[in-house]
Amino acid sequence: MVEFAGWRMPVQYEGVRAEHMAVRNAAGLFDVSHMGEIEIRGKDASRFCQWVTTNDIGKLGNFQAQYTLFCNHSGGVVDDVILYKFPDESYLICVNASNASKDYEWLINANSDYDVEIIDRSPEFAQIAIQGPESAEILSETTGFDLSSIKRFRFGQFSWNGVEIIIARTGYTGEDGFEIFMPWDEAETLWRGLTAKGEHFGIKPCGLGARDTLRIEMGYSLYGHEIDEDINPLEAGLERYVVMENEDFLGKEALVKAIERGLSHKIVGFEMIDRGIPRQGYGIFKNNKLLGNVTSGTLSPCLEKSIGIGYLKNDVDYNERIQVEIRNTMREAETVNLPFYRKDVN
Amino acid sequence: MAQIPDELKYTSDHEWALEEEELLVIGITDYAQDALGEIVYIELPGEGDEITKGDPFGAVESTKAVSDLYAPVSGDVVEVNEALLDSPETINEDPYGEGWMIKVRPYDPDEIEDLMDFEEYTEFVEKETEE
Repeated sequence: MVEFAGWRMPVQYEGVRAEHMAVRNAAGLFDVSHMGEIEIRGKDASRFCQWVTTNDIGKLGNFQAQYTLFCNHSGGVVDDVILYKFPDESYLICVNASNASKDYEWLINANSDYDVEIIDRSPEFAQIAIQGPESAEILSETTGFDLSSIKRFRFGQFSWNGVEIIIARTGYTGEDGFEIFMPWDEAETLWRGLTAKGEHFGIKPCGLGARDTLRIEMGYSLYGHEIDEDINPLEAGLERYVVMENEDFLGKEALVKAIERGLSHKIVGFEMIDRGIPRQGYGIFKNNKLLGNVTSGTLSPCLEKSIGIGYLKNDVDYNERIQVEIRNTMREAETVNLPFYRKDVN
Repeated sequence: MAQIPDELKYTSDHEWALEEEELLVIGITDYAQDALGEIVYIELPGEGDEITKGDPFGAVESTKAVSDLYAPVSGDVVEVNEALLDSPETINEDPYGEGWMIKVRPYDPDEIEDLMDFEEYTEFVEKETEE
């Protein structure tokens, strides 16, 4: 168990590799109750959400979700979040645990004259994620719900055991799967139910360790590693989630300037050629010139290779060969396209 | 409770050492492998390399942590357990047997005497566990 943003979290149950492979091949169960939930509701909820996030709310219908970002006035990332659109001008934003109280304050401060209520609902919700190709079957069997109409990045509200739960087809692993928001009292019942129904599919409970190796294989950003308030989403390779055509949003002005100036850093994925596992903070070099730093790295359980993500200076001429300094020696690596892991190929 | 064989010598960094004629076999203890968790990677010196007492001679990485390996004595590396490079999990499975790491010819046999015996190490581990 480790301390994480004030929560006691398991790093692993059986072992990171076994848990990781269970998610890729069958299903894995994650207790992600630490995640924060903030509700925005009221007459101006859509306008307000459009103002505080970088993606386009206009694309969303009811019961649809999107990955999006909060940016500060300098264009730096305040948090990366998933925004869920409910009917009647109501949104639920799922935020990182370590940022939950910061985000809440930040949203309050961002509200100049919008007619909205901003409610921190984190204390009300437990959250369980079931991820992996067998997830839909296990979750349907456990709850009795037909989930076929809930496509990726959609969600539904269901009545289960006399309480309302939210089932969203979202996740952080690159696999099909669901994230389920529910009152705390029901979380244990659901966990036990999924474990029992999932047993013959090979479901495994998964800790923070597997959550990290799975998201690294997909090249997904983790707050505090690839993104923070000093990095803008364009540098972080998240331009797909920044819709510059949107009329106005917090941070837009700074991002427009950043584009005019040209980006000084760019995120890259790389695979090690020499032995060694890249870790956050290790230097990345080309011809002994420091180009940037590693933000995340691991031994990929699926690829059985050491992989890493890091930032490189854009104004340096480099080709695909780079070096990572590990324990005072330069190790050869080569840049590759993200994601590292592609389901149909690997 | 971690296994601590009574015929071995120990360091405060949780390496063990076994005298095998004029050589010293070195690995990490059961307590160390358990604390590290699933070991996924190891770096060892090459045959003929020198190691220096108290300095890192290699590193192990688990899914939880990166940890240097510290030389219990100074000497020449005469044999390396290269099987560990492909199967580092052997260290978890059999830390005192198949999980041995290197064999060293010590420069100064007195350095072996400076290492902890099993009673001292048992006490040391108990203290560390309490903290």
